Amino acid sequence: MGQSQNQGTGTANGGTGSRYWRKRSAYLGVFPFFIFTGIFLIYPTWSVITGAFKNEAGEFDTAKISELYASPIVREAFGNSLEISYKTSVLGAILGGLFAWALVSGKPGGVFYKISVAISSVLAQFGGVMLTFAFLATFGFNGVISSLAVKLAPDSFLAQSSWLYTINGLAVVYTFFQIPLMVLVFLPTIENMKPQWREASDSLGGSPLEYWRSVGIPILTPSFFGAMLLLFVNSFSAYATAATLVNLSDFLTPLQIGNALSSEVGNANPQTAKALSMAMVIVVIIVMAIYAQIRRRVSRWESAR
Amino acid sequence: MKISKLGKVAIVAAVSTALVMPTFSSATAASKFATATSASQAGGLAGLANECRKEGQLNVIALPHYWANYGDMIEGFKKKYGVKVDEADPEGSSQDEIDAANRLKGTNRSPDVFDIGLAVADKYLGTGTFAPYKVRNWANNLGSSAVPSAEYTPNYTGTMTIGYDGSLGTITKLDDLLKPVFKGKVTINGDPQGSSAGLNSIFMVNLALGGTLDDISPAVAWFKKLKQVGNYINVNPTQATIASGQTPVVMDNGYISAGIAKEFAKAGKTWKMFTPASLGSTYNSAVSAWAPHPACARLWMEYTLGEEGAAIWAVGGATPTLWIWMVKTKRAPAAGLAAIGKSKVAPLKATADQSTKARVYLKTAWADAVGTN
Repeated sequence: MGQSQNQGTGTANGGTGSRYWRKRSAYLGVFPFFIFTGIFLIYPTWSVITGAFKNEAGEFDTAKISELYASPIVREAFGNSLEISYKTSVLGAILGGLFAWALVSGKPGGVFYKISVAISSVLAQFGGVMLTFAFLATFGFNGVISSLAVKLAPDSFLAQSSWLYTINGLAVVYTFFQIPLMVLVFLPTIENMKPQWREASDSLGGSPLEYWRSVGIPILTPSFFGAMLLLFVNSFSAYATAATLVNLSDFLTPLQIGNALSSEVGNANPQTAKALSMAMVIVVIIVMAIYAQIRRRVSRWESAR
Repeated sequence: MKISKLGKVAIVAAVSTALVMPTFSSATAASKFATATSASQAGGLAGLANECRKEGQLNVIALPHYWANYGDMIEGFKKKYGVKVDEADPEGSSQDEIDAANRLKGTNRSPDVFDIGLAVADKYLGTGTFAPYKVRNWANNLGSSAVPSAEYTPNYTGTMTIGYDGSLGTITKLDDLLKPVFKGKVTINGDPQGSSAGLNSIFMVNLALGGTLDDISPAVAWFKKLKQVGNYINVNPTQATIASGQTPVVMDNGYISAGIAKEFAKAGKTWKMFTPASLGSTYNSAVSAWAPHPACARLWMEYTLGEEGAAIWAVGGATPTLWIWMVKTKRAPAAGLAAIGKSKVAPLKATADQSTKARVYLKTAWADAVGTN
């Protein structure tokens, strides 16, 4: 521990100034970062939370929150949002985790490895209109696969494209960016597993099963769940993909917020949007708190290594 | 150096006057255009055009090129007056336009003019958001007298229609859409709770079913049936989904469908339209009260709400509010007459109360009828 801290602050002959100034300049370096998060994260969050407790006239009022809390439509959308995030984070974490493991077990630095990582980096950001369109053109009612299925296997679910427009259909669409994100987040952890650990286990007479039970899984578990929480939040806040696929704003909370901001037919109400956003912020804060706890565990063994 | 108290005051006064004078005089020059409520107060069209050239730019927002022929409209304005047109957020909603103006207030990126639906126009009437402005043809623009202050002026009317891929056959009545050939093919443009085209689709179907604008339950029941037979899909149609055939039947404004028909014709395909009931909505033009280019904003109003603009809208399938007057006085150009005809009377429109009623009903009924679960 102590050794790594020394490395972090630099060696004695590295700097020109006093120790005092080296510390100060370190803070200076993160100053732009604080300005950035202040403008784009902290201020908007603050304005959402304070705005949620105000009425249209700007006075303190919890009426909007209790109104939304009591509304079955709001509750259902929120439930849908949680459900889809839960499903896609579990599915994405398992499939992405397995894929990352497969990549490391193969030839690290090989062509397949490089291509997979590159593709993952691109697909993790592949969302919104393009992603929806890709799925519509493939599995939509008039898509390539569906049209083929109608001819070849008219009774299969592929010929009945209505599944795409359900919550499970949207979940499948979401996994398209969840799996690559999991690969990117989880790959470094698996790569950090030293072959020496396996050798040590083997030379002490441990079976592969014992190795995984007492070394592999305990080490990977915190990272795995940390990554899963990241996927959860990623899916929870996704907007554009759902907005283009599902023409129904009361389906998910982000869509409800969008409708509360830009409805043309008189549903626009910034207070509603802020109150709904606050509910989402609360969920994200809870998830991030758990994530921080898990990260502490991860960094403990990472730095002890 | 010693200066008397009086001398100090005199110096301060002189310096501050000197500092304030230039800003003050330029402010009056600008305010002449920023407060002009008609062209005559701004030195006529020529005066507006001169000042606009100096401003050099017009900011428009939420004007897709395929929408009511706005592509040609913007090109025409650029060419005629030699100014840049900055186009922001083409897919934005009416509410987005006002929000952007409020957000960018005081910057030169704030939108100069709005093209907004009635609900949003009424919401901001009398709030100091719009600068009152009467175009020269104001009295001839149908329905303009509904807003005597001219804070906004009705500009064009779209009639709702069912646009569809011609290869699917020909629709002759509304219930044709329930046939198996339309399985998974029917969409409306936007969630009726957020988009006026979506809400108007429901009104149109309701009228076609013999209902009124006060009770939309027959239409919602009809959409429920359409969903049950598997013909209705909850997809938000875009240019891409239409062009690629993912959403081959779309209920939308006629001036959107006309644009699609044009694109289809280029690709050697046909896009047909079927209008089961005459239901429409009129959009409105307004000048932002804090338009960064006040002369260009007013010039745009004169251009779009005048004969030139009306001719461009007509070709795009939208009925300009000036059209009836143009037909009567034989000013309507042939191309426009070919596109929208001369007898196009104003279709039925939902009032604000009827829209509110429908909205409240849809809040629970719509998800129930076509929901995803």
